[in-house]
Amino acid sequence: MLNKYPLWKYVLIALVMVIGLLFALPNIYGEDPALQISANRGATVDEALVEKVNGALKQAKLPPLTIENDGRQLLARFGSTETQLEAYDVVREALGTDYQVALNLAPATPAWLLDIHALPMYLGLDLRGGVHFLMEVDMDAAVAQAEERYVEELRGELRGEKIRYLTIGRSGRGGIDIKFRDAEERARAETFISDRFADLVLIDEDRPEGVFLHAAMREQAARDIRKFSVEQNITTLRNRVNELGVAEPVIQQQGENRIVVQLPGVQDTVRAKEILGATATLEFRMVDDTHDAYEAQSTGRVPPGSKLYHDRDGRPILTRNQVMLTGDYITDAASGIEQQTGTPAVFITLDGKGARIFSKATAEEVGKPMAVVYIENKTETTVVDGKEVKKKLRVEEVINVAVIREQLGKRFQVTGLDSTEEARNLALLLRAGALAAPIDIVEERTVGPSLGQENINQGFIATLVGLVAVIIFMALYYRAFGLVANLALVANVVLIVAVLSMLQATLTLPGIAGILLTVGMAVDANVLIFERIREEMRNGNTPQASIHAGYERAFGTIADANITTLIAAIVLFSFGTGPIKGFAVTLSIGIVTSMFTAIMGTRSVINLIYGGRRVKQLSI
Amino acid sequence: MEFFRINRTIDFMRLRKPMVILSVVLVLASILLLATRGLNFGLDFTGGTLIEVGYENPVDLAGVRETLRQGEFGDAVAQHFGTSRDVLVRLAPRADVSSADLSTRVLRVLQDGAAGQKVEVRRVEFVGPQVGDQLVEQGGLAMLYALIGIFIYVAFRFEWRFSAGAILATVHDVVLTLGLFSLLQVEFDLTVLAAVLAVIGYSVNDTVVVFDRIRENFRKLRKGTSMDVVNSSLTQTLSRTIMTSGTTLIVVVALFLLGGTLIHAFAIALIFGIVIGTYSSIYVASFAALALGVSRQDLVLPKKEGAEAGGQP
Repeated sequence: MLNKYPLWKYVLIALVMVIGLLFALPNIYGEDPALQISANRGATVDEALVEKVNGALKQAKLPPLTIENDGRQLLARFGSTETQLEAYDVVREALGTDYQVALNLAPATPAWLLDIHALPMYLGLDLRGGVHFLMEVDMDAAVAQAEERYVEELRGELRGEKIRYLTIGRSGRGGIDIKFRDAEERARAETFISDRFADLVLIDEDRPEGVFLHAAMREQAARDIRKFSVEQNITTLRNRVNELGVAEPVIQQQGENRIVVQLPGVQDTVRAKEILGATATLEFRMVDDTHDAYEAQSTGRVPPGSKLYHDRDGRPILTRNQVMLTGDYITDAASGIEQQTGTPAVFITLDGKGARIFSKATAEEVGKPMAVVYIENKTETTVVDGKEVKKKLRVEEVINVAVIREQLGKRFQVTGLDSTEEARNLALLLRAGALAAPIDIVEERTVGPSLGQENINQGFIATLVGLVAVIIFMALYYRAFGLVANLALVANVVLIVAVLSMLQATLTLPGIAGILLTVGMAVDANVLIFERIREEMRNGNTPQASIHAGYERAFGTIADANITTLIAAIVLFSFGTGPIKGFAVTLSIGIVTSMFTAIMGTRSVINLIYGGRRVKQLSI
Repeated sequence: MEFFRINRTIDFMRLRKPMVILSVVLVLASILLLATRGLNFGLDFTGGTLIEVGYENPVDLAGVRETLRQGEFGDAVAQHFGTSRDVLVRLAPRADVSSADLSTRVLRVLQDGAAGQKVEVRRVEFVGPQVGDQLVEQGGLAMLYALIGIFIYVAFRFEWRFSAGAILATVHDVVLTLGLFSLLQVEFDLTVLAAVLAVIGYSVNDTVVVFDRIRENFRKLRKGTSMDVVNSSLTQTLSRTIMTSGTTLIVVVALFLLGGTLIHAFAIALIFGIVIGTYSSIYVASFAALALGVSRQDLVLPKKEGAEAGGQP
């Protein structure tokens, strides 16, 4: 009975182990505390910036280890978190508002490993600290908003075409209702609309209250809007997160209408929530100064073509219905102080189209007052009788009325904000774009950095202690064979870490638990094999034959047991979320690597020791 | 070294009656507990807010509760967590406040009431009730699908009676583990759910190993009743069973003792699950297969027709 492996098997095992070691290696270098410096719009990242940062840090006697410039951002590494924190303040002061400075932990992986794309495992927020948000996009609101836009468009188009309608608006059951004086006018409208608006389905409805045309969005169009609203929100959230200056954020779609946002290292959840969840925008409208706003407020009769708003102090203001400009055309916004009055202001820059529209609109209105309307959508979730009730709040208020002194163009400013903080937030939101549909935070998890570090340490110690205890036990119980099994056990952990690093999967606390379970299963495989070998020896077989039979017989059992567990793990991966998924990932990887190390790996070493020669006794 | 050199066959099945009665009683007790006391579901399932803060100096809980009460959080549950400097505050989902802002407001109240002490946020969790509902649904479904997958594989590799035994043992283990959590009222959160799923994996692993030996012995041993075959199979695998359970237990106990508070409940579920999984592979899975009438004929491979025909003159 020969217990020899062909050369190719040894080569394969050696190759797998070398690759495994190589890709597991980045994890032992740890992370450097670092500052990540990125440019806001208009500012540049160049060597001059490196000089500036370096100079400021040298002056404060906080020399960085290195400063890396990858063209998009700078990364300054420090020896300790204390210097990092001090440097954070220094750099922020030196650079002002043109740059975003973020605290970061940068992997201290050497360049030659980075060159072969060997990166350390990604640690979950429970292990490194940070904020996790799960947000739900209100897709129905997106469709409702689209219908609002159709209403506006139809109103303008019908009027332009001199088709007379009585009323137009969104119907309570969805879709748009247009009321006509008679069926003839309706027929005209129908021909016109079906020509112009391919996405609308039109239905004639003769109701007791009059002659109606009901327009509904086609199913496909509505579906596109829902899908688009999630995509648009992800883009917007990404912009906003960038503005927050967070290093390595995760922004992903989950399921149909949910978005996961993970901000490692962020502690200020309040600000993060405000920035991520807000849907603020501006509208510019001319003030209707031909009517008395107070009278409209007290009688409740708003003149046709006008809309009643209030300003921050509760004073009524009538504006014309027509919106001169919406926030969509804003390309940049910065907060600052208005020179003459010393009040907070937002300096706005428009894109080319916006500038044309705005300058044309304001040219005709010089000398007349213009209102800036601030619009914010909020969703308030409350629980009534155990059921969730969502209430949508739309804050619409006039934040500023100013007389247009001259034709306004590409750049202008808005004043009338309460505080510099508010000006800053509004500027940030205008820069980052509006959300396509309101979002609602349905889950929030924050882990402080100290707790994260504690989790890592405790998890590491527990794993180490457990592993060492098993290793000692195995070595005592199975002697030489036990030592081989221990070698395989360590190799198994290296391979799991390597695969996790290669996949850039996220390691979480349950993930560590999954690794621990596979360690148990890997031990089981070797126990099964070794017990078999002992049995064969007891039955009077030669050592060589016993080794051979032991591996052969145990293989079927191990395969069956592992495949059943693998099936369970894969099912958990497909249907589970969050921690369950993390657990399933490490479990599935661990089962595969443990099959390799516990069967092929140990066999190869045992063949090396015992194979090809006469053995009287096995150390088992 | 060898602890278990067992030369004669242990008559495991002699104890089958008391053990089956024990299992039935435990399962019924667990179901009763679950029906009456239920599980102490964690935030992940119920929704609500949980805030863990660390104070610089030991802090008096009565003071913290008073602060919370004055801050309109009278229903908040505050307790020490690990040390007297760490405080855990729990809040059910509330009707009057937008839920996403709740954690923010509680934090502010705690910071204001800390009288100059530094309050460090260690952990904040907020989960909307709907997310929790979905989790229960998803967790349950995931478990159901995992069981179906296991059943199909075992039926394919072994025989349906074994499959039934494996599923029975798995359900037995899950129900008992849930029963334990209901008895101890330890918080049942997502990590515990992950542990229960691991228990399923472990239990099945153990059961399959035993079944594998039973199948082998049915084919190998020509003499003896089915009962004898099961007994000798269990005896032959006993050494392995104890070794594997033992080493896995070492790891999980290390996790329980050193892994930190976040993983305590997880470790409890695994420790219990490993012990019960080892037991059930003998007295639930094997006995069920036996009671369902598994026999040599079911497992001995049918002789190939071609071979037989070839043997005829």
